[in-house]
Amino acid sequence: MYSFDMVRPTSVADAVAALGQEDAQALSGGQTLIPTLKQRLAMPSVLVSLSGIDELKGLSVSDGVMEIKGATTHATVAREGGDYPGLAALAANIGDPAVRNRGTIGGSIANNDPSACYPAAALGSGATIVTNTREIAADEFFQGMFTTALEEGEIVTAVRFPIPEKAAYMKFEQPASRFALVGVFVAKYADGVRVAVTGASNDGVHRWSAAEEALSANFAPDAVEGLSVPADNMIADLHGSAAYRAHLVGVMTKRAVAAAD
Amino acid sequence: MTDVTMTVNGKPVTRSVRGNTLMTEFLREELRLTGTHVGCDTSQCGACVIHVNGADVKACTMFAAEAEGAEVTTIEGMANADGSLNVIQQAFQDHHGLQCGFCTPGMVMTAAALLRDNPRPTEHEIRDYLEGNICRCTGYHNIVKAIMAASGQDVSAIAAE
Repeated sequence: MYSFDMVRPTSVADAVAALGQEDAQALSGGQTLIPTLKQRLAMPSVLVSLSGIDELKGLSVSDGVMEIKGATTHATVAREGGDYPGLAALAANIGDPAVRNRGTIGGSIANNDPSACYPAAALGSGATIVTNTREIAADEFFQGMFTTALEEGEIVTAVRFPIPEKAAYMKFEQPASRFALVGVFVAKYADGVRVAVTGASNDGVHRWSAAEEALSANFAPDAVEGLSVPADNMIADLHGSAAYRAHLVGVMTKRAVAAAD
Repeated sequence: MTDVTMTVNGKPVTRSVRGNTLMTEFLREELRLTGTHVGCDTSQCGACVIHVNGADVKACTMFAAEAEGAEVTTIEGMANADGSLNVIQQAFQDHHGLQCGFCTPGMVMTAAALLRDNPRPTEHEIRDYLEGNICRCTGYHNIVKAIMAASGQDVSAIAAE
């Protein structure tokens, strides 16, 4: 691998200071970033590891909100996130067991891979992304494939999920990579239903507002039966055409509604 | 270069490492523990699975500097104290859970992690947990059998067809 320096601060303040250096890049679990470095698709000169910062780890629940610190691994959320079963189940099915022991929620959210699972949960739950400087609503945070509202050197310190009455995530796995070919997160709150779609669109994770309206009126799989998803801006590749992905959005939404608990 | 200190298979080690030194390189080239295999180097195949603070991780996708202070276990640390194969390793031998053997260290490390959290997994749970470990020889049936056997369960029904 090409040469770079690594620093391993033990506080968010020290990490932010280290990220002020030229060409510095935050490293969380590294399950996406390290393969990216090997391919030289990213070539920072300094990596600032967040794995030694205790204040970035752990989850807690209060007043109906689950707060997950940025460097909390998927395995921890799967194991300890039982107060939000739909989210814990999503975390338990990201990658494989060894990946889940390193990969973190902050890393996933900050990368905003168009096929990643966590962005769908954050957007579908109307979560708040907390950084070292501010709080950002999920609706404002995700700005298209690999693009977020984060500024240079800004760190995701936590994600706050309002716990819904019911929720579920359904992922149609691309059979080789096991990433989401299409994934749909459905969450039912007292004031309405949110539906977030990952894997499908050239714009990355997004909400499906027609389904949200239909499901808010009638939370049943049949409610989205007559809705069609436009294929205009869907990803098309050798794994599936745009029309196929558009169709899957409807199918996975129905399955998520049926599975929601 | 940064000094990193960790415990590997019960022995404390300190080495000076570059920022970009992966755990696979550290174990294989610095410590000469070549049982941790590098298959794909892209975190797909699982031949490099080790335990860091008790959790199974892919050594090709973790930097050595991040293991500062950690308890690391590799396949070299899995045998019984007298050098005989441990129960999982012995089950792999008894049930022909390997052919070329390249994936086997990672399979054993992953199986050990599974059985620690779930001492009597179902066949489905075993296959699910092995999602990140690829074997190109066995077709997996005998690996699943070995893990069932290592957990003290009957293997006669596995892959009988």
